Amino acid sequence: MATRVQPTPSKASQTPLSKQEVLRYSRHLIMPEVGLEGQLKLKQAKVLLIGTGGLGAPLGLYLAAAGVGRLGLVDFDVVDFTNLQRQVAFGTSDVGRPKIEAARQRLGDLNPEIEVVPHEAKLTSDNALDLFRDYDVIVDGTDNFPTRYLVNDACILLGKPNVYGSIFRFEGQATVFGYRGGPCYRCLYPEPPPPGLVPSCAEGGVLGVLPGIVGAIQAMETIKLILGRGDLLVGRLLLFDALAMRFRELKLRKNPACPVCGEHRTITQLIDYYEFCGVRGEEAPVTQANVPEIAPRELKSRLDRGDDLYILDVREPHEYQICNLHGHLIPLGELPRRLHELDTSREIVAHCRSGKRSADAVDFLRKAGFRKVFNLKGGILAWSDEVDPSVPKY
Amino acid sequence: MAVKVIIPTPLRTYAQRREFAELEARTVGEALGGLTSLYAELRKHLYTDEGHIRSFVNVYVNDDDIRYLANENTPIKDGDTISIVPSIAGGGREFVRVC
Repeated sequence: MATRVQPTPSKASQTPLSKQEVLRYSRHLIMPEVGLEGQLKLKQAKVLLIGTGGLGAPLGLYLAAAGVGRLGLVDFDVVDFTNLQRQVAFGTSDVGRPKIEAARQRLGDLNPEIEVVPHEAKLTSDNALDLFRDYDVIVDGTDNFPTRYLVNDACILLGKPNVYGSIFRFEGQATVFGYRGGPCYRCLYPEPPPPGLVPSCAEGGVLGVLPGIVGAIQAMETIKLILGRGDLLVGRLLLFDALAMRFRELKLRKNPACPVCGEHRTITQLIDYYEFCGVRGEEAPVTQANVPEIAPRELKSRLDRGDDLYILDVREPHEYQICNLHGHLIPLGELPRRLHELDTSREIVAHCRSGKRSADAVDFLRKAGFRKVFNLKGGILAWSDEVDPSVPKY
Repeated sequence: MAVKVIIPTPLRTYAQRREFAELEARTVGEALGGLTSLYAELRKHLYTDEGHIRSFVNVYVNDDDIRYLANENTPIKDGDTISIVPSIAGGGREFVRVC
């Protein structure tokens, strides 16, 4: 029969630890800040992770390793090659598998003593409250504004703390919202940016270690919250700049006029968050003005025919280095002041990675008086798919 | 008063990739006005068409949110730091997937 160790002073939990667990968590147990009492609190805790991406990977790994008794995972995506640069819970052999399945296997292997509960679903206003109700702490590791507001509002309505982290390129933010009457996400940002002002893909990307650092901070706050130890990031917004390697802290106050947690609440149930954020459907791109297009195969046959076409690449120089169609490089942002480089008498085919920035370029050029301008439909990605598979996709 | 304005990563693209600017100003409004005259493209990201600071852009003097001070009339002391902190949604998936 396994040796059972009962907590003596506390009534925090009646669940004992097995001999195996005592060994596994010994570096926690010998620390008075955790101890047996703290470890039992972790074992009893139920934490829901929203998103199993860049932030979700260190979150899942550390919370599982720490012995959080029930770890819920919400995601509906599959593992992709481009995830592996930072989503360290997954391996190359996981590419193509549902993230939730790959994560459950990885976390289960890391710590078979805990329960990993997969929720393979998209978080919506219809399922959020039911999903959250069974958990003590919600950890927000999502990647879009509608879900961030949804997670916030659902946490406030249910009175659950929301451990928040967010990243952009090499900068991160972290805080704990909605804890014991503390400020919420809407106190910090009453409204999301309109879709048109969200940085474009030319400004995307993220240093792979950054979500590791921010996710680890979220994991630490989650554990402190469960243990009831230390000073939580409540009422404090932590900013991290990885390039400068500098942490800063700003005061975060509760907004008395907050519509969801303020004195006169106007939001008393979940709303349509895509409408609130001005987007229909997740990651819905703002569709471009109709511009004349040319399909990759048609461009190929015209080039083969020797037609005099001017290929204009509107991506950034670092993208040109990855792959290119030997076009003339003028990044979209520089186009207005470099118009003189273009020849109005020639036919111009503009392209970018996927066709969005070049659609903007074509629209701009037509308004500037250029008549024979076309957008390469689907960009260099479509060129790789339909014409030349040797061109790498990124 | 000499003030340092920290430009956040998402907005650096509209400020010639600068990380901060050092300006002379008596109030937050003057400092931001000075910043947007240096970098005109920043203006639409910081202000609405009506000239108000956008609700998803927070401005702090040292560690205090100007909404709880005197907004743009918040006075500045020599050596203060102004931080512009826009909301970011990223969780480490592909921003690039949308475009």
